[in-house]
Amino acid sequence: MKLSWRRRIAVPMSAAILLVAACSGTGDDENVSLDYWLWDDRQIPQYQECANAFTEQTGINVKITQYAWEDYWSNLNTQFAARRAPDVFTDHLAFYPSFVQNQVILPINEYVERDNVDLGQYYPGLADLWVGQDGKRYGLPKDWDTIAMAYDSAMLADAGLSREDVWNATWNPTDGGTFEDIIARLTVDENGVRGNEPGFDATKVAVYGLSFDNPSNSASGQTSWGNFARSLGFELLADGNPWGTDYQFDDPRLAQTLDWFARMVKAGYVTPLADLQGVGYVSLFEAGDVALTINGSWAISSFTGISGVDVGFAPLPTGPQGRWSIYNGLADAISANTAHRDEAWQWVKYLASAECQNVVGEKAVVFPAIPASLEIGERAREQAGLDVSAYTTYLESQNTFLYPVTVNFDQVTQAVGAAVDEILLGRRPAAEALTAAQRQVDSIMGR
Amino acid sequence: MSEHSERTRPRYGGASRWRRAQWSAGMSERWQRVRHHPGAVAAMFLLPAGFGFVVFYLWPTIRALWMSFTDYNLLRGSGDWVGLQNYQDLVADPLFWHSMRVTALYVVLNIGVQTALALAMAVMMDRLTRSALVRGVLVLPWLIPQVVVGLLWLWMLDPRLGVVNHVLDWVGIGGQDFLGSPAQVIPTLAGVNTWRFVGYTALLIFAGLQMIPRHLYEAAALDGAGEWRTFWRVTLPLLRPVLALVLVLSVVGSFQVFDLVQVATGGIGGQPGGPANSSLVIYVYIFRHAFNFNNAGYAAAMSAVLAVLLAAVTFFIMRGLRGSRSDLA
Repeated sequence: MKLSWRRRIAVPMSAAILLVAACSGTGDDENVSLDYWLWDDRQIPQYQECANAFTEQTGINVKITQYAWEDYWSNLNTQFAARRAPDVFTDHLAFYPSFVQNQVILPINEYVERDNVDLGQYYPGLADLWVGQDGKRYGLPKDWDTIAMAYDSAMLADAGLSREDVWNATWNPTDGGTFEDIIARLTVDENGVRGNEPGFDATKVAVYGLSFDNPSNSASGQTSWGNFARSLGFELLADGNPWGTDYQFDDPRLAQTLDWFARMVKAGYVTPLADLQGVGYVSLFEAGDVALTINGSWAISSFTGISGVDVGFAPLPTGPQGRWSIYNGLADAISANTAHRDEAWQWVKYLASAECQNVVGEKAVVFPAIPASLEIGERAREQAGLDVSAYTTYLESQNTFLYPVTVNFDQVTQAVGAAVDEILLGRRPAAEALTAAQRQVDSIMGR
Repeated sequence: MSEHSERTRPRYGGASRWRRAQWSAGMSERWQRVRHHPGAVAAMFLLPAGFGFVVFYLWPTIRALWMSFTDYNLLRGSGDWVGLQNYQDLVADPLFWHSMRVTALYVVLNIGVQTALALAMAVMMDRLTRSALVRGVLVLPWLIPQVVVGLLWLWMLDPRLGVVNHVLDWVGIGGQDFLGSPAQVIPTLAGVNTWRFVGYTALLIFAGLQMIPRHLYEAAALDGAGEWRTFWRVTLPLLRPVLALVLVLSVVGSFQVFDLVQVATGGIGGQPGGPANSSLVIYVYIFRHAFNFNNAGYAAAMSAVLAVLLAAVTFFIMRGLRGSRSDLA
């Protein structure tokens, strides 16, 4: 009975296997075509240029596909489940630990050794971010980012503030330092009264002093509270990053930071959470509803591309423990299901080479991982009259800290995101909401 | 069986036919036997649909049910048997119950408003106009893909830049937070979905109204019943089976709301289901576990519970409204 059942299932099964084999047929080596995914639509032209040069040199074709950030990761997960993930894709520190854990991306250390790739050519620390807990390497650096602020120069002048005031701003969670004063002065209500003047109406704000990305999108607080909390000495992980598991969301310094943000929302100086749930802070800045924003270096061109607004950039304010920014690096990774391992490696190597990074640098959308390529970008920006040194100052003073690299980061983000929402809505004091979130995080991390 | 075919063969065959059948022996004989079995013929007609049902419904359902008893991880592509662990986790998961409550609130608001509006629109169409153009305009929102609907309303309802608040400001009501407010987000989503489906629902009810014999309205009019009384005493009772069907379809559809919430909440780039999980409907939560956390096993367990719940809801609506019987008969 058991045998006949097996035989009956065997025929359609082998037919299915044949079909799958036919679909994923390798074909001639001359016509290998690699699938490559990325999420940033502003980077398609430069990578297309890299791909064209790569095809000319090697005869290997590259097909570039782009999905917006929100769709990118769930699409990638489903493709991994179907064993049809792109041969090569842009990887992020928030997601790569689970890819390593489930062995869906290839270790490349043997390739790196075989081809003598110079890992010293990248900015310090970038290459090592992609070494897993098993000691194997899972990607080669492509670009990096830090966080700073973009401001509307005209609004700054109207408030009687100079570029230096913003560059030299200080911050603390008790009275907010000069930074609180700056965002108060930049805030204007519908009657033209500024946030620091008597009679200011916090319920009818025309221009908010400060805005940022919806903070529920990452448990690192990358583009909102994270860097401020770090300037109080707060560390996200007690047992080290990367690969820590002991999150510290119940640290009082984080609660103080978030209470300050909640107070600023209530005071009318920072966009309320509702405004961050809509079309977003860049659109608000463009519409003239926001004077100052916290944003990543990847978003620089979103701001400089706004016509009619003179945009300037400044580093984040200096806290009691200094001026800090999250330092995040991206890499290209190879899917374990690829039928063209060697070709995929060649493409990854090319993407991480000075040749392609120079092209990326020239387009000046992101900061390439190779210093010389970044210099090309700096020159391009200088010619355009653009000063983005706000984003690179942290590197010079070595005031960067790594994006959290841990397993289950997505689950942690769910728990912490909801807690931060509640704090910014003014529904719960930060300490209470964060203590509850920490309990959830501990159970997620199996502690 | 063989006796049956022996008996009938000469009646249908004739001499020459019989001879031909002899040399093509086996196949033809078997075919004849099949032909005279009504059940077998029916089975052949059912084969194409049955194939689709087995491959696309039955098999995935069984597989998902199996998954719900494992710790199946989407990335790993495998899972180990964990028994009832997922179901125990689910009972103890506050977010699961939270999302069920959010979904229930959404369904009640959505279906309540939508059905009442659709009924009013259908009766008005029936009594006032038979214009195909009006009917066409009514279903227009239904023709727009749900993701586009989500994006469209995300822009229009933006608290500061959206057109809706500009109009409300101008009228003097003042701006609302809509999708950004924990209190307003579910009513807003229910409103958007009502906007999209009310025309479609109205058309279904309108079709049901067409089946009510005209003479009943003439009789009611002769007896001196007004428009209001006619509606309650004639239209509504005779519409009951159609209404039950419409309710089942729209309640089940409403429970399954996903793409609208996934696109329109949390803002562009944010986490859907916000703010503070206030719009975390059950399908968004299931999707999150399956495709963001790769917990396909847990997601399957939640889906199984939801399937049982929807079957129960369907049963009670049909039973409560005696949906399978008409008062006309």
